[in-house]
Amino acid sequence: MTVAGKERTAVIGVGQTKYASTRGDVSMAGLLREAAYRALEMAGKTWDDIDAVVMGKAPDFFEGVMMPELYLAEALGCVGKPIMRVHTAGSVGGSTACVAASMVQGRVHETVLTIAWEKQSESNAMWALSLPMPFTTSVNAGAGGYFSPIMRRYMAMSDAPELIGCMVAFKDRQHALKNPYAHLHQPDLTFDQVVESPMLWDPIRYSETCPSSDGACAMVMTNEVGGDAHDGPVAWIKGTAMRSESNSYGGRNMVSPAASEQCADDVFAQAGIHDRRREIDVVEMYVPFSWYEPMWLESLGFAEKGKGWRMVEDGSTNHVGGDLPVNCSGGVLSSNAIGASGMIRFAEAALQVMGEAGEHQVDGARIAFGHAYGGGAQYFAMWVVASEK
Amino acid sequence: MRDIAICSFAQRQQAAIPDESEVEFMVPLMVQAKDAVGLTQQDMGFTCSGSSDFLAGQAFSFVSTIDGTGPVPPISESHVEQDGAWALYEAWVKLQCGDVDTAFVYSYGKSSPGSLRDVLATQMDPYYVAPLWPDAFAVEGLAARLLLESGTVSERRLAEIASRSRAHAASNPHAVRRAEKSVDEILAEEYLADPLRPSDIPASADGGCAMVLAAGDRARELCDRPVWIRAIDHRIDAHTLGVRDLTAAMSARIAGEKAGVGADTVDFAELHAPFTTSEAVLIEALGLDDGVVVNPSGGALAAHTMMAAGLIRFGEAFERIARGDGDRAVAHATAGPCLQQNLVAVLEGE
Amino acid sequence: MPVDPDSTPVGLGVEVTAPASIADVEMVQRVRTPIRIEYTYTPGRALSAYLRGMAEKRIVAERCPRTGQVFVPPRGVSPMAGIPTVGPVELPDVGYVESFNITRVPIATRPDLEPPYCSAWIVLDGASVGFMGLVINCEPESVRMGMRVKAVWKPDDELEKSATNILGWEPSGEPDVEISDIETIGRPGDLQ
Repeated sequence: MTVAGKERTAVIGVGQTKYASTRGDVSMAGLLREAAYRALEMAGKTWDDIDAVVMGKAPDFFEGVMMPELYLAEALGCVGKPIMRVHTAGSVGGSTACVAASMVQGRVHETVLTIAWEKQSESNAMWALSLPMPFTTSVNAGAGGYFSPIMRRYMAMSDAPELIGCMVAFKDRQHALKNPYAHLHQPDLTFDQVVESPMLWDPIRYSETCPSSDGACAMVMTNEVGGDAHDGPVAWIKGTAMRSESNSYGGRNMVSPAASEQCADDVFAQAGIHDRRREIDVVEMYVPFSWYEPMWLESLGFAEKGKGWRMVEDGSTNHVGGDLPVNCSGGVLSSNAIGASGMIRFAEAALQVMGEAGEHQVDGARIAFGHAYGGGAQYFAMWVVASEK
Repeated sequence: MRDIAICSFAQRQQAAIPDESEVEFMVPLMVQAKDAVGLTQQDMGFTCSGSSDFLAGQAFSFVSTIDGTGPVPPISESHVEQDGAWALYEAWVKLQCGDVDTAFVYSYGKSSPGSLRDVLATQMDPYYVAPLWPDAFAVEGLAARLLLESGTVSERRLAEIASRSRAHAASNPHAVRRAEKSVDEILAEEYLADPLRPSDIPASADGGCAMVLAAGDRARELCDRPVWIRAIDHRIDAHTLGVRDLTAAMSARIAGEKAGVGADTVDFAELHAPFTTSEAVLIEALGLDDGVVVNPSGGALAAHTMMAAGLIRFGEAFERIARGDGDRAVAHATAGPCLQQNLVAVLEGE
Repeated sequence: MPVDPDSTPVGLGVEVTAPASIADVEMVQRVRTPIRIEYTYTPGRALSAYLRGMAEKRIVAERCPRTGQVFVPPRGVSPMAGIPTVGPVELPDVGYVESFNITRVPIATRPDLEPPYCSAWIVLDGASVGFMGLVINCEPESVRMGMRVKAVWKPDDELEKSATNILGWEPSGEPDVEISDIETIGRPGDLQ
């Protein structure tokens, strides 16, 4: 059931690049075309079928190109067509998918291509995130320095066992072995090695953080007629939501931000989901640092407050044997092309309900949840997709 | 399609705003646009903004500006790394989905912190063109040379556009370049980027604007004379300068046709034409006849606030129609070198 | 089933061949195109007052006239109300550690910092929000949530209009504060 008045919208194609620290074999344009072509191929469409393109990526400073959608117009088959460029911090891949969906839902276009990407190897993300600003003191080494105190608060309030984060990291790296696109393939990695990896931002270890990847992810979306007529698997969009809040006000809950909870309430209401843990078959959530899995499980209403870590401990979020598998693709902890990371979550959720996730497929997945966040955990984008209209 | 209208607008532009941060100068504009229709941030169904990190010289620069909206409790919100006119477009799409009736749109830019001519070089193809650091005025100079040598326009015609912009801007308190100059005086100026003269290039400004949109009867409740977005469309051209005709803006022509420009007469047009040459090309591409008053505000030549100049065209057209100085107008925004990307809308008063 | 990531997408399967004259020339794999753009940043009204205060070892914050929340460093806007904040509100240079991390990697923008070091959310007495600072003059491992700290300023003759005047925050020796609601950062305003 979709919200009355909106056009029912379907994902009919997903395309990804192999994620790697350096995709030196392709230019930025080449990287995007690889993902776009795969999405078109799966959708059985050509550039001629695409009415508009919606592109997302994180800060332009990451590649040193201002408004790169301008330079990419030819590569994305956009000449003479509309292209938009979304940027909502780390959630951008998810937001971009939401904006693209709204173009079909609002009956502005019939078929759109959406794509999100990052080519971090062409610049230096740590530098872009820590540009020296004259009025403040710089004490953070990238995002880890910002988020680790928040994770420490969660650890203190939940009394979670110390190694929950390592369990998440180990699980996601195991999941990544089943995803040929994942950046990190570490078949010989042991749990002990995760535990023994160096502390970077104590309490966060090296193995509990995400890699820095090049990559792009694309989807083709179409309207109800197109979705019905599509000769192949379809993921129907049951709800999309975006929420943002300030990152600094007195009394802000940084562990479970109000924007996260309200965004989840909105998207699950649109999708008619009442019992989130029972009704959702598989989750792709944005976990760039291990402890965010239990934190988001609670914030999103899959677990009671303070008890999300128990789902990690008892294996509930494992691909094999878990009742709510989380990040079967390996998640952000295994591939992090920043601007694309949110869209990868959304696209992997779609692949699951399409039955196209290959080795990391959750058997019989019918309803999936995709999630992204960004900024100081203040920007959120989420969607629910289903195999049935 | 739902009927969507502009219901209020607030802007500020000046040559430089050195003493206030982006969020500091945007807050009063945001408050003004919301107060004008008696809404608070929590009444907004959707919010969308446009700005550029490269302009601000800071990654995630929009994160500090969102605080100006008062996003506590959280808001349904998005941001485009584009001119605010595309933020308006995204909000218009969201309103088409039918689950919200109001939207808040804002955009801003400060060109004064960096050298805009250098900053804009980073918009060019990163492998083949940007490493050459082409100056933004020189790039437009290529288009100007083609226009002149093909006989499409004359230097006098460009000077007429510049002179008219100055005359119109004289009565616009938000314009930066307001000193009137005759065509002959402009033709006597020394070239800056031959064949472009100082009056052919935009007067750079810092500033921003804020706007409230609403659908159908909600718009009629909020203001006396909603200005309806009758149609809106945007298109992009090839980026590579060598593969497209710089004397004609193909993407502006298509967007204009899709938006129904030419289907009925319009009283005036607010065109985001940074250069006199851009204005000449746009008038042709959109098929505007001699009866259409072009850029009664003075246009982007008189005040060019990067990332907001396009949305300000919508605001200028709104204000003019809302106070009865015309019923139907074209509003236009552009992005990229030599009018690469163009957005066109037809606006009409209630 | 997913497409093999090493396969060539159908549409990309067009062979591009170089002209014979350059057929044996080595392919360019990478180009370096350094970017340098200089920006003149302006702090804005509220931060200007804060930086002027810094030169006199004073911490100048601002208050939201509607919620009463006190922001430091001030950004000139109250995110809860969407209105300008007003100042000055002078705060003492003492507070407590709300949360922290121990960073064990060097950071490019602060080559002077030798890992490991402790960066922390510091909440000043009277402030509604925390901000990031270094905890110094103690072992990083001894830092606790709720630990009381005071500012360590640069020597008087080195003071500038700069946030770097505070070298860091050291334990003040006062008893730890109890953090009642561990999820939330800072304090709600008077009128919330």
